[in-house]
Amino acid sequence: MEQVFTHVAALVTVIILIPFYRVLKGPTVFDRLLGAGAIGAKTMVIICLIGFIYKRVDMFVDITLAYAVLNFIGIIAVSKYFESQDEQEE
Amino acid sequence: MMIQETVAVALVLLGAIFMFAGSVGIVRLPDFFSRTHAAGKTDTLGIMLSLAGLAVYEGWSLNSLKLLVVILFVAIVNPVSVHALAKAAMEYGIKPWFRPETGETEAKEK
Repeated sequence: MEQVFTHVAALVTVIILIPFYRVLKGPTVFDRLLGAGAIGAKTMVIICLIGFIYKRVDMFVDITLAYAVLNFIGIIAVSKYFESQDEQEE
Repeated sequence: MMIQETVAVALVLLGAIFMFAGSVGIVRLPDFFSRTHAAGKTDTLGIMLSLAGLAVYEGWSLNSLKLLVVILFVAIVNPVSVHALAKAAMEYGIKPWFRPETGETEAKEK
């Protein structure tokens, strides 16, 4: 079964590279944030898969939960910051 | 035992498909607000399915309970964070994009 999880983890890693294009190219800063948020959310699945591959599920599930919380707080903080800024360069 | 593994692998692969759809949606959709659909909904479903598949593989244990907590957390949190981004973008002054022939024409930010 570890083979299957390794292949799925590799697949999800490739899937993570796709939003990087939006992070690089995104016209507005919010596109970049959206791409980064999507990447952060997908990383959680990879962390959990790694936990299953190395049979340390109880440790990695906690890491996944912590990562979910941190990702959420980060996005809320940044969107709060950009909310107060009005558009200058447009 | 076989059924549990096949169901788990099926769920994880289905989740991977939805995550792929979400990623492609983030890249290809024309405007920030339409991209929030992809990032907020499709990604959340993909992650939830994958984690549900892992929880099924784990069976009845404390870890699958924790995985369930993570799934519920993602189900609530991911759309909320994308909503916060969209609200901030609205305050920042980003206009939604409209298709050219419907009257109001906007610069198509590709």
